[in-house]
Amino acid sequence: MSILKKFEELRGAYNHVKEAGNDPFSVCFDEILSPTEGVVSGKKTILLGTNNYLGLTFDKQSIETAVSALRENGTGTTGSRIANGSYGWHARLESNLASFYGRDHAMVFTTGYQANLGIIATLAGRDDHLVIDADSHACIYDACKLTPAPVTRFKHNDPNDLRTRLGRIKNNGGNIIVVTEGIFSMLGDKAPLKEIVEVTKEFGAYLIVDEAHSMGVLGKHGRGLAEECGVEDDVDFILGTFSKSLGAIGGFCVSNIADFDLLKVACRPYMFTASLPSSVVASVVTALEKVEKGELLREKLMSNARYLHSKMIAAGFSVGPDVSPVVALRLQSSEMAISFWNALLNEGLYVNLALPPATPANMSLLRCSVSSSHSKIQIDKAVALFTKIGIEFGVIEPELLAQFG
Amino acid sequence: MNDEEVVAIIIKELLVIMPNASDIASETNIVRDLSLDSLAVMDLVMALEDYFDISIPLDRIADTETVFQLAGVVQSLQTEVRA
Repeated sequence: MSILKKFEELRGAYNHVKEAGNDPFSVCFDEILSPTEGVVSGKKTILLGTNNYLGLTFDKQSIETAVSALRENGTGTTGSRIANGSYGWHARLESNLASFYGRDHAMVFTTGYQANLGIIATLAGRDDHLVIDADSHACIYDACKLTPAPVTRFKHNDPNDLRTRLGRIKNNGGNIIVVTEGIFSMLGDKAPLKEIVEVTKEFGAYLIVDEAHSMGVLGKHGRGLAEECGVEDDVDFILGTFSKSLGAIGGFCVSNIADFDLLKVACRPYMFTASLPSSVVASVVTALEKVEKGELLREKLMSNARYLHSKMIAAGFSVGPDVSPVVALRLQSSEMAISFWNALLNEGLYVNLALPPATPANMSLLRCSVSSSHSKIQIDKAVALFTKIGIEFGVIEPELLAQFG
Repeated sequence: MNDEEVVAIIIKELLVIMPNASDIASETNIVRDLSLDSLAVMDLVMALEDYFDISIPLDRIADTETVFQLAGVVQSLQTEVRA
């Protein structure tokens, strides 16, 4: 029997998705022309599903510092930081991240996934209790598998439900750790962080917020939802990634907690993986400066987000509740979403196809993520394509459009 | 609450998630027979937490397969709460 036979059902589902045309899980870009444009199968394609919120992937200065770090330190570190040591760029980024967040400590990981996996699983010991939002990202769920601590979920973005569930936990002498996110990746909705902070405090629990999609995006200085809600002092650990608004790859944790340095010798997903190459770290150091002074970029980003969100509503699509750079359109079925996604790509528009069980409440989504680099013309073109295909497929009604559009 | 009563509640909650399922019984394998994905199972657990007013940590259901086994976990957690 094949060792992969256990994935028979997955094979069926994967083939079903691929039969509709393109393979949404391995789209190949022949060229990336800019933060908002690429070439797929020889066709110029608008990129509206790449989380490139501030469009910094082609930032000239970030590229220059990356190139010079590449020449200075070589292509890779060939090992982990505990074995091969840290490079100057790692230390500099950690110091800059700590001061960006106004915190005592920072720790850089090789990916955002590893930052979540490592910090959450290491903080939660056997006697502790992890309480996570039900719509948490896969990396938070995977952290739950790695920890010996019991795990409870609370209803998505529901502070009262969190209170109820915290009230049921029997204290074994350990700590309770609550985990939520700044902007949730699938629907683009924000956590009610002020209320969650209040509940967390009532129970003396620790609070971890993953700001993967909100760093650089929310808050006057780009420090995320905690800054926007004015609760930074009440969030014990901020997690995040360099692969979205900072345009590179990597993850991090910042905190004021005493003995933070212990995490660097206790956290296995930090200790036993190769560290980021200097070129990547150098680009992040530069991009972080742009994020810090990025008020104008954020204004443009939110103005694009509002524009896309309102245009999609006007066209008659069902979108997520909050205006954010993630604008997710809900389709009736996964078949419809797959066909719709293919039609968009064939017309030169790339968005994310998100299907159950990776989505909340079994929704089938076409997930757009807008950038400050998108022009109004690009957004108009994207909405026009969505509208055209939406009418063709009977997802939206032309009469409604004539009335309100 | 005895075994049968807890089993009946679990079946009731399963029918909320999948109204068209038929013949759910004590021996039904929740994942294999009902094709519930991991999120649906966790949502079922959430509903049971609310019904029984207990906390059911996810690791406690890792090895449960049948409705009857799940009922056993609920009962032992109820006992722990009272203890």
